[in-house]
Amino acid sequence: MNIGFKDKLTGLPKPVRILLWILLALFAYALPLLELPIISTPGVDFGGVLFTVTIYCLVALGLNIVVGYAGLLDLGYVGFYAIGAYTVGILTSFHANWPLLLAIPVAVVAAMISGVILGAPTLRVRGDYLAIVTLGFGEIIRLTAVNLEWLGDARGIKNIAKPPNIGDEKTGLFEIPHLLWGDGTVLVDTEHPTKFLVFGYIDQVPYYWMGLTAVIIVLIADILIKSSRVGRAWEATREDEDAAELMGVPTFKFKLLAFSTGAFVGGLAGALYASRQGFINPLSFLLLYSILFLAAVVVGGQGNRWGVLLGAILVAYLPQRFREFDDFRVLAFGAALVLLATLRPEGLLPPRRTVRAKQLEQELEELEHGTDEGEEAARV
Amino acid sequence: MNFEFFFNNLPELTITGLAFGAIYALIALGYTMVYGVLQLINFAHSEVFMYGTFATLWTVIALNAADANGVKLIAILIVALFASMALSALIALALERVAYRSLIERDAPRLIALISAIGASFVLAEIMGLRDRIAGWFGLDDDLSEYVGKARINNSMAGTLEKPRFDVAGVSISSIDIIVIVAAIGMMVLLDQFVRRSRLGKGIRATAQDPETASLMGVNPTRTIQVTFLIGGLMAGVAAFLYMLKIDTTKYDVGFLLGVKAFTAAVLGGIGNLRGALLGGLVLGVAENWGQALFGGEWRDVIAFVLLVLILLVRPTGLLGESLGKARA
Repeated sequence: MNIGFKDKLTGLPKPVRILLWILLALFAYALPLLELPIISTPGVDFGGVLFTVTIYCLVALGLNIVVGYAGLLDLGYVGFYAIGAYTVGILTSFHANWPLLLAIPVAVVAAMISGVILGAPTLRVRGDYLAIVTLGFGEIIRLTAVNLEWLGDARGIKNIAKPPNIGDEKTGLFEIPHLLWGDGTVLVDTEHPTKFLVFGYIDQVPYYWMGLTAVIIVLIADILIKSSRVGRAWEATREDEDAAELMGVPTFKFKLLAFSTGAFVGGLAGALYASRQGFINPLSFLLLYSILFLAAVVVGGQGNRWGVLLGAILVAYLPQRFREFDDFRVLAFGAALVLLATLRPEGLLPPRRTVRAKQLEQELEELEHGTDEGEEAARV
Repeated sequence: MNFEFFFNNLPELTITGLAFGAIYALIALGYTMVYGVLQLINFAHSEVFMYGTFATLWTVIALNAADANGVKLIAILIVALFASMALSALIALALERVAYRSLIERDAPRLIALISAIGASFVLAEIMGLRDRIAGWFGLDDDLSEYVGKARINNSMAGTLEKPRFDVAGVSISSIDIIVIVAAIGMMVLLDQFVRRSRLGKGIRATAQDPETASLMGVNPTRTIQVTFLIGGLMAGVAAFLYMLKIDTTKYDVGFLLGVKAFTAAVLGGIGNLRGALLGGLVLGVAENWGQALFGGEWRDVIAFVLLVLILLVRPTGLLGESLGKARA
């Protein structure tokens, strides 16, 4: 038996573990300032790419609740994302003048309510039907946005509010320099510092910090929910709905809860995205994105929050890093999906339960049929 | 709401809707059969269809159909039909081999097969969309410019065919619509009989019911799955040919929306059910066309999905219920 990374980690004393997590978080926050040579994206603003990565992480965490924990296949997740983004767009620019911080809670609640409205009638429908119904939902949301003038039709919504600045607009509270990597030397670049915390048009780093903070909060909530009664009820429902129902789990209610919780996180991601972008139109919410989100969850390992984060990072980051291959990006992405699926069907980081179940199954198989050597011996 | 236009043109709207629906139904077969046997959404089936449309287009260009007429034109079209069926079937078989087989053999989670299918779908569509660049690697892009040019935009064969319309009891009908509907329904009946009566068809139904018992009874599961994909591919090829007769233009991403619609049709009729696919396709096509006349063209796709949600709420397993295995023999 090899000792996994996770077991080693849990073997450490608690203060050390907490310290490690804090260091990791600090590193994540500092990432865009370090501008590490191999990781940074040539030709595209690194802060902006990192912001996209955090949005994908949020979406993947939310979708993981629906797909990974509760086992409901959702092909229209972009619908909730769109509802979040459009609510913010309407409230802060198109039909009203709300500040962003007031609009985000409304957007999130709107997404959640739409999740309940969609889920209540459709969650009684079985697995794959749910997939196509949700796919239809995502498309209906997008096409409605295209067709309704009230939602800005195909031209979309402009001038969406940015988050409020903290400190003076010119300088912020203080300025943080970036690093500059030359040939084997590291310099401190004081020419283009990031202003703490000014949400402007050019410097994307503050948005990344906002996104990262949201990811960390959702991640903590995810850990708490997963280990609670609700998380166990979700898993029971996923594994065997009838058995769960017999054990007294109101499965429909919990499925609905998973659906709306997922919608909540999706709406939040959409709202943050809209505020960074400042501009949205229906093209930002194509069915393709639902598929990319699902790919992030499944490739990373559905049901394991670290796995889906890894999947989200890969799906959002790789296409940006390899922009040189521009035209062939989608082709390579598709090929990578096929390869990953056939080589690692459980995902890159499968949840421990899946790994354990797999081992157990193998042991049972060996007990039933005997190992190959045993059979040989018996024949002799 | 444009009631006057709707009621004045009801017969025409219905016939065009049926023609679209027949094409949906033929594509839906590929989804429904694979689902019946493997319980797997064959997401890349839309690309199988897309390659068929290009096979038709290329045959028409290569054999210079624009200058032909009479018997020669019909002969060219028949060649195009077979080319389309052949290429689609080939792509479907390759798909099964590359994207699915290892996953099926290892009994992998079904969701991962869906991801593999999505990946394969991207690859197939992008190869078609980048065909000018790929031909360029071999220095063939000039020689083949008729075929590989315009890789990212619409490719048209408009003007190849005359599409006479005729009047029946004051209703103007396009001859192409009638050909499409008759051909599609004919293919469906043939397929239905094949699955009911032939040895291979019985094998397919047995595998759909219970793969393990079927293999104990001497049905080769790998072969059965291949045949299922082959049939789906052939039908998609027919659909692609008929689509090109009716619409004339294709593009590397033409499969996507049609695939979604066809899958919707399959679910609407009851997935895994062949007659359900036909019914679902026709209902979807007609409903879309009626809805388009009533609410305007921009709501066409919304209508399709709203209809789907409504029907699933009332009949959660589709109009005719699911199951390929339970088809009575």
